[in-house]
Amino acid sequence: MTMIAKQVSVFLENTSGRLNEVTNILGEAGINISAFSIADTSDFGVLRMIVPDPDKAVTVLKANGFSVQTTPVVLLTTPNQPGSLAKALKILSEEHIFIEYLYAFSMNEDSAVVVIRPSDIERCVGVLNHFFIQPEK
Amino acid sequence: MIWNESIECASREEMRKIQSERLIDTVQRVYQSVPAYRRKMQEAGLVPGDIKSIDDLAKLPFTTKSDLRDNYPFGMFTVPMSEIVRIHASSGTTGKSTVVGYTRKDLRVWAEVVSRTLMMAGVHREDMVQIAYGYGLFTGGLGMHYGCENIGASVIPISGGNTEKQLQLMQDFGTTVLACTPSYSLFLAEEMEASGIKKEDLKLRVGIFGAEPWTENMRREIESKLGIKAIDIYGLSEIIGPGVSCECEFQAGMHVNEDHFIPEIIDPETLKPLPEGAVGELVFTTVTKEGIPLIRYRTRDLTRLNFEKCQCGRTLVRMEKCKGRSDDMLIIRGVNVFPSQIESVLLEMSETAPHYLLIVERENNLDILKVMVEVQEQFFSDEIKMLESLRKKITHKIQSTLGISVEVKLVEPRTIERTAGKAKRVIDNRKI
Repeated sequence: MTMIAKQVSVFLENTSGRLNEVTNILGEAGINISAFSIADTSDFGVLRMIVPDPDKAVTVLKANGFSVQTTPVVLLTTPNQPGSLAKALKILSEEHIFIEYLYAFSMNEDSAVVVIRPSDIERCVGVLNHFFIQPEK
Repeated sequence: MIWNESIECASREEMRKIQSERLIDTVQRVYQSVPAYRRKMQEAGLVPGDIKSIDDLAKLPFTTKSDLRDNYPFGMFTVPMSEIVRIHASSGTTGKSTVVGYTRKDLRVWAEVVSRTLMMAGVHREDMVQIAYGYGLFTGGLGMHYGCENIGASVIPISGGNTEKQLQLMQDFGTTVLACTPSYSLFLAEEMEASGIKKEDLKLRVGIFGAEPWTENMRREIESKLGIKAIDIYGLSEIIGPGVSCECEFQAGMHVNEDHFIPEIIDPETLKPLPEGAVGELVFTTVTKEGIPLIRYRTRDLTRLNFEKCQCGRTLVRMEKCKGRSDDMLIIRGVNVFPSQIESVLLEMSETAPHYLLIVERENNLDILKVMVEVQEQFFSDEIKMLESLRKKITHKIQSTLGISVEVKLVEPRTIERTAGKAKRVIDNRKI
């Protein structure tokens, strides 16, 4: 299953306590974080998250002075089995869709979710929907 | 030794007479040749005949760096370009340089005043002078150069940088006098230590340091590390370059070559002249320059004047080490930097001006300029490589505007302190 989601990105300086502050703000606002990853350099980092209510997350983070942005990303649900990710990536590679970044998490024993930021989001969804074989039950 | 005793030891009356005569002549010249001056004098209801002596100096309107910018590049020149034999320029507030031109006579005057300052510093014709100021548009290198040749010293025109070679020539040629910025001299001292060169291995005895502010503590450090007498020299390209004033061996204030450059001290707020000995903004009127004479030019440097005769025998008025600036200009590695230059670079890159903060540090005796830029919505990208390329782009643009290297750091919004009044844009941690 493939869908497009709004990912929330936050600019963070590499100083202690900053990440804690973001998670606190979201916790107090009752926003659950489904998945997140951090990309960092020596000076700064970008926190990327999938949350159920991205608009609300953006509002509360902005109100607390953070630089926030939403980015469309592809959520691909794959079987939680060896080789599933490889299969998806092979398809994207064959179709010349580049990946800016990617992170993944497993939902349960059966399925995992891959968050993909591709060069061309519409084509990525189309290609995956077309080629990706649904997991057998 | 005194290079020009009749001038440098003249009585106050004699000096005022010389200054008055030259001032009258200069006012007439600029009124006739420079529309900008004529307009300013007319607005003040003045004709050249109103200036009868140096007592009338305060009637004249001021000249500022923005006048030079408004008349960029040559609008303030008093003579046709055929008379100009040299052009120098320094960095300006919005990317445009401040341009100055010299006639043959101006270059002779410059060599004369630098010759005087060299003698003040105790330099003579037997000396080997290593000039590690930059040569080029900057006045430091060439200004010192012709003064040294004029007194018959041997010049090593090595220019700035290339530390290894500086040290090698110092040893091989037996350099006795070093001319550079004070911070570079300390940098050289540290490099000497690192490469095992002792001060006893060198013949250095005098250093002539200027182009940036420095403290008495720095002086002591330089003197002990290099085993020399460290002399402070002052100048700015608008007035002539190095040689406007310089300390003598007694190191008790810098003697101003006031027969060429008349100093005044004003209150930077009210613009009124201040009484003798008060600290205020230094203003110069050049009274012999032909290329670009300046009337009551506001240097923005804060200092005070001492008219007492010096132990060295000179009567030339002395100015104290500059205590600061009446504007927000920073001097970094000898280069003039205005926060507004950085602001305009950042403005060019987005639609709204971002918040920024400049932090100046002195690490290993070299000035480091750090630029903190808040990552607002307009700058923020989700991708690290975009942020990195933004940082590189800002770094590159600022460097090409200022001509010095900077470290750009992206910071979160609202991390830079907001104040009710004027934003605090600069933190100078150099303790100078």
